Amino acid sequence: MATIQDIINSYKDKPGGIIEAYHAVQREYNYLPEEAVEYAARVFGISAAQAFGVATFYSYLSVAKRGQYIIRMCESAPCHIAGADILIKTFEDELGIKVGETTADGKFTLELTECVGQCQGTPVITINSMPYVDMNPEQVPAVLALCK
Amino acid sequence: MAAEMRIVLRNADQINPDKIEDYVQAGGYKALEKARSMARTDLIAEVKKSNLRGRGGAGFNAGMKWSFVPEAPVKYVVCNLDEGEPGTYKDRTIVEKDPQRLLEGMAICGHAINSNQGYIYCRGEYPYVVDLLRRAIDQARSSGVLGDFNIEVRMGGGAYVCGEETALIESIEGHRGEPRFKPPFPGVSGLWDKPTVVNNVETFANLPDIVMRGGAWFASIGTPSYPGTKVLTLTGDVVNRIPIEVPTNTTIREVIFDFGGGIRGGKKFKAVQIGGTSGGFIPESLLDTPIDADSMRNIGATLGTGAVLVMDETRDIIDIVTRISKFFEHESCGKCNPCREGTFRAYEIMKKINKGQAAPADLDKLALLSRVMTKACLCGLGQAAPGPILTTMEHFKAEYQARLQI
Repeated sequence: MATIQDIINSYKDKPGGIIEAYHAVQREYNYLPEEAVEYAARVFGISAAQAFGVATFYSYLSVAKRGQYIIRMCESAPCHIAGADILIKTFEDELGIKVGETTADGKFTLELTECVGQCQGTPVITINSMPYVDMNPEQVPAVLALCK
Repeated sequence: MAAEMRIVLRNADQINPDKIEDYVQAGGYKALEKARSMARTDLIAEVKKSNLRGRGGAGFNAGMKWSFVPEAPVKYVVCNLDEGEPGTYKDRTIVEKDPQRLLEGMAICGHAINSNQGYIYCRGEYPYVVDLLRRAIDQARSSGVLGDFNIEVRMGGGAYVCGEETALIESIEGHRGEPRFKPPFPGVSGLWDKPTVVNNVETFANLPDIVMRGGAWFASIGTPSYPGTKVLTLTGDVVNRIPIEVPTNTTIREVIFDFGGGIRGGKKFKAVQIGGTSGGFIPESLLDTPIDADSMRNIGATLGTGAVLVMDETRDIIDIVTRISKFFEHESCGKCNPCREGTFRAYEIMKKINKGQAAPADLDKLALLSRVMTKACLCGLGQAAPGPILTTMEHFKAEYQARLQI
């Protein structure tokens, strides 16, 4: 696994590249450890407060540790009317956690999201950003089983 | 029955989007060649003549926007692929089916405004589109079709407000995506304070055909004041949940009942929200309105991004608008007070109504708050956020009344 410093350094010549660097760190670590934010601040010549401000502005960036598989459930209006509430409840029951939490084994994190742009197949979830469309509650165990 | 007319989706499912050879075989990059043989002012005049209006929602004349860009050593072409309006999947569809068309459109704009650097800001929800675009750019670069025009893809982070052009610019610069005060407009001072044209994917994707066939051809399609086609994305309680591309004089009824195949499960129509989650709700009585931006504005609705969310007779309008209010409360960036506080209070009152705990005075407060936000918010997010509330209070008043605590 590349070190946080190496990842961030590779974006240092890109104007405004801090967000790209954060994405790259998250691809390896699934979240932004505190040292990543502090190091990015130094590399991009901004204060730690500003670097933290950027990291916490965007819902796809997380400064809290997350699981190996990040399950996001869309709750925007098209998914809402297609039964997103029941789907969310089913995931919570199957995993034994609430939205915003991570399973004790560090495998799954459950998050809500707004529209992911797959509204031809509502309701939609994403697992590590890959969409699963036309979800129904009965499919939840099978989808979780895909995450080895 | 009304028929589709494909311009931006012409190559969809006809070519392999991962092969630039296919695009070139289908006539791709001839328009760029032609554009580059034209004087910049003539090219801009041709695009102006086409009356192509921005397809991201605001509907500003694209050629006019370009003509405001002053002479400067460095300028930028920025493509808005942030597509955050719930119910919208048109830009994803256009790019997934035919990415080279977008690159060609951006390069045409690059020639028109004399810029050699383009950025595509793609929403963080579409990492697979980012990958596809990067492959497409690599192919275009190695085959030399783009000449000295460079394009870089930047990925957003899941912030709806970054669809607003100045917030998008802030985000490319590596900042929190908070909108700027306008003026200056990006055309004069945008990315890194340089003149910048920001257009939507669909706007750029129309350019190759406008250049090849001429502005007059494009201006003759659909409704004269908002000519051309529009890609619409159908979702909700409609039989066919598909993307379609239709002339702008197509009516909402044709969209839902001809292309969409009507309402699912043999149920009756209740409402449709067009243009994304900030769009107005439209009742049955207004379905014969053409979808062009001006006709939609005349009925108090929007064309917006072209999302079409259909709701059947069983749907609870109040519950849906409450959910939409939560969306705006969540997505407000917090920079300006009317939006930060307004979206919070609007959601608070909608929850109260939804629970059957509101009094008539709450409706008055909600209506007043909505009108204030429309005028006082800094950017389009806050200005448009009350749209669903105001239009449902108008067209579905009985549903609000029935929920009040007597």
